[in-house]
Amino acid sequence: MFSSATYKKTLIASAVASAFFFANAQGADRTVNVYNWSDYIDESIIADFEKETGIKVNYDVFDSNELLETKMLTGASGYDIVTPSGAFLKRQIKAGIFQKLDKSKLTNLGNAWDQIQKVTSAYDPDNAYSINYMWGTTGIGYSKEKVEERIENPPVDSYSLLFDPANAAKLADCGIYVLDAPTETIPAALQYLGLDPNSKDKDDIKKAAEVFNKVKPFIRKFHSSEFISALANGDACLALAWSGDILQARDRASEADNGVTVGYRIPKEGAQVWFDQMAIPSDAKNVEEAHLFLNYVLRPEVIAKATNYINYANGNLASQKFIDKSVLEDPAIYPTDKVMSNLFTHTADGPKYTRHLNRTWTRIKTGQ
Amino acid sequence: MKNNVNWGRVALIAIPFLWLFFLFLLPFGSVIKMSLSDMATARPPYTPVFNSEEGIIGLWTLISEFDLENYLLLTEDELYWRSYFSSLKIATLSTIFTLLIGFPIAYGMAKTPSQWRATLVMLIILPFWTSFLIRVYAWIGILKQEGLLNNALIYFGIIDQPLVILNTDIAVYIGIVYSYLPFMVLPLYATLEKIDYSLLEAALDLGCSQFKTFWVIVVPLALPGIIAGCFLVFIPAMGEFVIPDLLGGSSTLMIGKTLWGEFFNNRDWPVSSAVAVILLMLLIVPIVLFQKMQEKELKEQGQ
Repeated sequence: MFSSATYKKTLIASAVASAFFFANAQGADRTVNVYNWSDYIDESIIADFEKETGIKVNYDVFDSNELLETKMLTGASGYDIVTPSGAFLKRQIKAGIFQKLDKSKLTNLGNAWDQIQKVTSAYDPDNAYSINYMWGTTGIGYSKEKVEERIENPPVDSYSLLFDPANAAKLADCGIYVLDAPTETIPAALQYLGLDPNSKDKDDIKKAAEVFNKVKPFIRKFHSSEFISALANGDACLALAWSGDILQARDRASEADNGVTVGYRIPKEGAQVWFDQMAIPSDAKNVEEAHLFLNYVLRPEVIAKATNYINYANGNLASQKFIDKSVLEDPAIYPTDKVMSNLFTHTADGPKYTRHLNRTWTRIKTGQ
Repeated sequence: MKNNVNWGRVALIAIPFLWLFFLFLLPFGSVIKMSLSDMATARPPYTPVFNSEEGIIGLWTLISEFDLENYLLLTEDELYWRSYFSSLKIATLSTIFTLLIGFPIAYGMAKTPSQWRATLVMLIILPFWTSFLIRVYAWIGILKQEGLLNNALIYFGIIDQPLVILNTDIAVYIGIVYSYLPFMVLPLYATLEKIDYSLLEAALDLGCSQFKTFWVIVVPLALPGIIAGCFLVFIPAMGEFVIPDLLGGSSTLMIGKTLWGEFFNNRDWPVSSAVAVILLMLLIVPIVLFQKMQEKELKEQGQ
């Protein structure tokens, strides 16, 4: 027998099932392909976004700006959102790789930190093509015990720990690493000399090279990632490198509890600040979904979750009240206003400058 | 019947030619084309780009804009020939070391009772089951200052200060010899296994010394294997990038690293293409010369 109650239940069940099916079918149609740096998000953010919008996120990671740039320059990468760093973004905008953001769709843009926006506009005028995801500095990572063992009152907050040959010589045996990235290292040496870090003048660059040549015998390796594990397990005691990577080494060392204490300091002479910017490639297929994702990331509580997870500062002022105190009050992550005023950006570019800079760098590294 | 073309046969012969055409000649042609172009801030990052809408005229404008500027640049800066020379040196020495280590292994394998040989071949191939990158990375753990090797040597009292091996050229040699050893052992084993060892007995019976027997009989008969093994090691070692990057020091100059820098740091695809073309030329010339020599030898033997 068919009671009306059972009938109703069946009807509702099938209605729910079909609604679910359609929602799913619709969701399956909508995807967004995100290409971000490795270890750079709290994965629950992606799951939450998928749940809220029904848009499937294909989240893929890279580990160097060069790799990202090559994919972008080749074209048809298939990505809808990518995260290049400032100077790379600037050049890629010029090469016509990105499309302008539709700011009417980015209703949460008001949460952005105007101070950061002002600086990123040096790479992306009016921030027309990108939003800031995370930012950080290039400074000094050191192993507290090993450095203090070798130098009395080590100047860990100054470039002179590395660039003064007297200091470098004392640290040579415990391992000095320097980023293999001339756009980071040459400006640091220029800043140390009190010259313009963006100088394109060949004499200035030569002076910076001389700074490196004097300490070159004491540097174990120029490499852009090996220092992380080397610092964490005590194979290195000094690295000129990116803040986030050194903080990662710091966390790994404290987890391992191996008697190594890694510290990070922003040099008092002034350090370079870098920005990872989210942008939409001009050949992106899911532009609508990409905007929805960017707008989601601009929500204060969402980006705060990412910051709490990866220990990087973000460019979202409203998010700061959701950020853990230990992160927000860590001057290695969120520098004090005084230190902030001393940071500089590197915006010099052009093929001739790049070639000269890289050639100088190769000469420093190989002596050839 | 006589004039009928055997299409099956033609198709079979065509396969390797098509393979070479599509997977070697065509890509190489596009690399040559890129090496004659100029760098640009665009997608793709070089100019001129062929515009199919303009047809033949487009092709002509394309060709007329080609020049040898990038090759000239390679002659102006000593970095490039120094890199080539350094790669040549590292590849040659590595090949010699690999041969010196690989030959006794292969010879030993060939002399083992036949029921053991399959297992030994298996053991030579076994490392390929792990990623090449991870195996090279493992050497960092062995060679570093507080690594396995130094700790063991200090423990046994052989040294009291750790040796600096990692981040030097020595580590690069170790990495290349280790990684390419199977490519030397396998062709060597294949030829050594086929040698008729009764020839050795005959030589020894006739009063030839052990050493001389080896030089006069084994080495000449193993020559094809030695040559094949040396090429299999030398050619990839010449363009090696990963091993010098992970194990070598910052001052290790190799053409693979220079090419990487041109491509990724300078973003100059045209110049890096020119470096690649020259590298290929430098590798092809000795191979062709060698083949000519071998053909000549075969003819002489045939007469």
